[in-house]
Amino acid sequence: MGIISHRSGEIDVLLQGNEAIARGALEAGVLFCAGYPGNPSSEIIETLIEASKELPIYVEWSVNEKVALEAATAASFSGCRALVSMKQNGVNVISDFLIHLTLSGIKGGLVLVTCDDPSGVSSINEEDARAFAPLAEIPLLEPSTPQEALDMTRWAFELSEQIGNVVMVRSLTRISHTRTNVKINDLPDFETTPRFDTNAPFHTFPVVEKHKKRQKKLDQAMEMFETSSFNRYKGPTEPELLIIGSGCARSYATEAVEILGLRERVGILHLGTTWPLPKDLATRHLRASERVLFAEDVDPFIENSVKALAADLGNELGTKEFFGKASGHIPSTGETSPALLLEVLGEIFHISWKNSFYREKIAALIGDATPPREFGFCPGCPHRGSYYAIKTALAWDDRDGFVSGDIGCYTLGIFPTGFSQVKSVHAMGSGLGLASGFGKLEKFGFDQPVVTVCGDSTFFHSGFPALVNAKFNDSDILLLILDNSATAMTGFQPHPGTGTNAIGDRVEPIDIEAVCRSLGVDVISADPYDTEETARIIYDLIKRTGPRVLVLRRKCALVQGREGGFPYKMRVDQERCKGEECGCGRYCTRIFRCPGLIWDEPVQKAKVDEVICVGCGICATVCPHSAIIREEK
Amino acid sequence: MMDPINIVITGVGGQGNVLASQILGRAALQQGFKTTIGETFGLSQRGGGVMSHIRLSEKNNYGPLIPPNMAHIIVGLEPLEALRVLPEYGNEDTLFVVNARPIYPLNVIAGDVKYPDPKWIRQILIESGKRVFWLEATQLALELGGPIMLNMIMLGALCALPGFPVGGNDIKNVLKDVFSQSKVKQNSKAVDVGGDLIQTHED
Ligand code: SF4
Ligand code: SF4
Repeated sequence: MGIISHRSGEIDVLLQGNEAIARGALEAGVLFCAGYPGNPSSEIIETLIEASKELPIYVEWSVNEKVALEAATAASFSGCRALVSMKQNGVNVISDFLIHLTLSGIKGGLVLVTCDDPSGVSSINEEDARAFAPLAEIPLLEPSTPQEALDMTRWAFELSEQIGNVVMVRSLTRISHTRTNVKINDLPDFETTPRFDTNAPFHTFPVVEKHKKRQKKLDQAMEMFETSSFNRYKGPTEPELLIIGSGCARSYATEAVEILGLRERVGILHLGTTWPLPKDLATRHLRASERVLFAEDVDPFIENSVKALAADLGNELGTKEFFGKASGHIPSTGETSPALLLEVLGEIFHISWKNSFYREKIAALIGDATPPREFGFCPGCPHRGSYYAIKTALAWDDRDGFVSGDIGCYTLGIFPTGFSQVKSVHAMGSGLGLASGFGKLEKFGFDQPVVTVCGDSTFFHSGFPALVNAKFNDSDILLLILDNSATAMTGFQPHPGTGTNAIGDRVEPIDIEAVCRSLGVDVISADPYDTEETARIIYDLIKRTGPRVLVLRRKCALVQGREGGFPYKMRVDQERCKGEECGCGRYCTRIFRCPGLIWDEPVQKAKVDEVICVGCGICATVCPHSAIIREEK
Repeated sequence: MMDPINIVITGVGGQGNVLASQILGRAALQQGFKTTIGETFGLSQRGGGVMSHIRLSEKNNYGPLIPPNMAHIIVGLEPLEALRVLPEYGNEDTLFVVNARPIYPLNVIAGDVKYPDPKWIRQILIESGKRVFWLEATQLALELGGPIMLNMIMLGALCALPGFPVGGNDIKNVLKDVFSQSKVKQNSKAVDVGGDLIQTHED
């Protein structure tokens, strides 16, 4: 039995933050769990999928985040507990439904987990999803460790039922992806029979009344927050500096105070229930200190609500000195770190902490000798072949064409690994919507060919409506669906095209080509490994009008690697390789850039790195002198 | 030993960094340590650098990031990545356990920038810390069955460092919880191979 579905608790186990969130939900007796994959949130649903093999719960990967929340809400409306999880961008996707849902209220505990990714470690944006808590007027809990992630998630269900509304839990990359000792508790008996009470419907009328009611629920939550054990203070009664912190920044602050020996001088108010701000608690602490530092990731969220409170109580509290985002001490972009908190506290207390002698010495020794590691497609990745073909076709066409990109591994097409063909990337599915617009500009004199790319999972998430739009408005859109049979970027979760669902049931795969054809859109398919043929097909398609779809189908290299590997053993015939003399300008390594094909410095020739090359064979056609040789293994 | 013991494991996506740190964490937990692992730092699948922070303490669960210049041990699965984290996390007493075999960044392959001479990297590390274990581990991994064996060799090497509180046998004890039956033996072997590299290492 997996540790996550262990029935009796009170044991210490090593859990990742996301696993702890899943466990917290199980300890609360969750019945329905849904989400859409996205780092750093994916392991929550993955863990629950594992648990569903042993416990009577339902788990699904939904087609997108909004549908995930809607599906989970059905369970809540029927009196059962439900959880939805997503990364920060997902909260944007659910926001329309969320803001209506929180007016109607809910029945069974409904917890929304967002895993924010400060610094965009594995995201294409940086965003503080906490902003949605005030917008939707729902309570917000912020764990700072995996243990708190478990405890808060469990309690969030209770809170949700008590106030009759959604509760939001905000994790961060460094909590979701941190593993520590976590104490788990007993699992309850899973016994609820869903039933929808037709006498108590859920809707938003009368709107103003419901709006008032929503705010009352928030007041109720605030009252509970005042005495919540998730808010803790550690430090002297009248500290020289009060730190109010949440999330990882709070734990970095704690360690920085230790390192700098400030324990007697600095107090830390560890805030776990951050919205609505527990006002009495905050007021008590504000009274005790003249100086306040805010430690939180991304937006000045706690900072602004504490400052608003201090302004309301101006007469009584007097003026305070605030350090945080507004003062420029803690940046509102990029993630916080122990170094940042050490630096800020060092500055406030005039303590120099840096091992600066060491750092300077090392920096002088190294100079600029550490080349950065730019992102690249994996060796054997079909996207390298796809972009190579696109690049070739657009070059033949020679009208300054470009790619309107989307979200997935293939987003890397903005970098040299994708020959920098992608010139625009935003939200899920937006590449298609943009292409649909570009496709209507011709009558105003626009003559650049636009190719849009989209993965299979992204197509189902939100690409489909844009393709319908293109058909409806007869837009000249050329869509390349990069079908690698996996949601590779986030760890290979199944989607409607793969033929299995989250819990492993066989379901009929939805055939993208059939879907496109049913819209009356022309569809053909090609093999991205065959770059020459694919380039010819793309070149032909560019010259046609109306909506056209080309499916480029090849398994993700990582999946292929697991399922039997690749057919070729590669080598470079260094006799034939012309080295720098080659008229191609070292096309193989300078342009093609597969990490498996390297430059042999001593002899100044290309060479295959046998540790990296997987043997996909794509590069064999790149060399004009046929020096790259592929042999059957 | 210090408390907490701070270990950085750094390398390139695909080298098995995260798995190695998880296995170390499990073994440490069984030794009664409060263990914190900051897991993936970077885009792990696609060629970027990947770093894990592991913090072992008898008293507290520490935060997921090691404060600046406070790493006791830096394990480099790849030499350039060991060099990269040196100024931020190293100090005069840091021990380095480094695999000597480079994985070339794309901009090096393209000829835009140079990969520093590994011998020079080794020299810098020697001048910067307490001791450097420079291991030809990739070659041994290939002999054991493939580049993917590298992480267990390096973990075996780490656990063979004098005074390190988690031993190679502790690691081997948790392998069965992580790998399928058929792979346990091969990975155990890799842990031993890594241990031998430390025993027989000549500075
Ligand atoms: S994970 Fe798969 S799809 Fe993504 S870059 Fe690697 S091979 Fe390509
Ligand atoms: S065969 Fe060529 S393109 Fe494929 S992984 Fe090896 S070096 Fe890269």
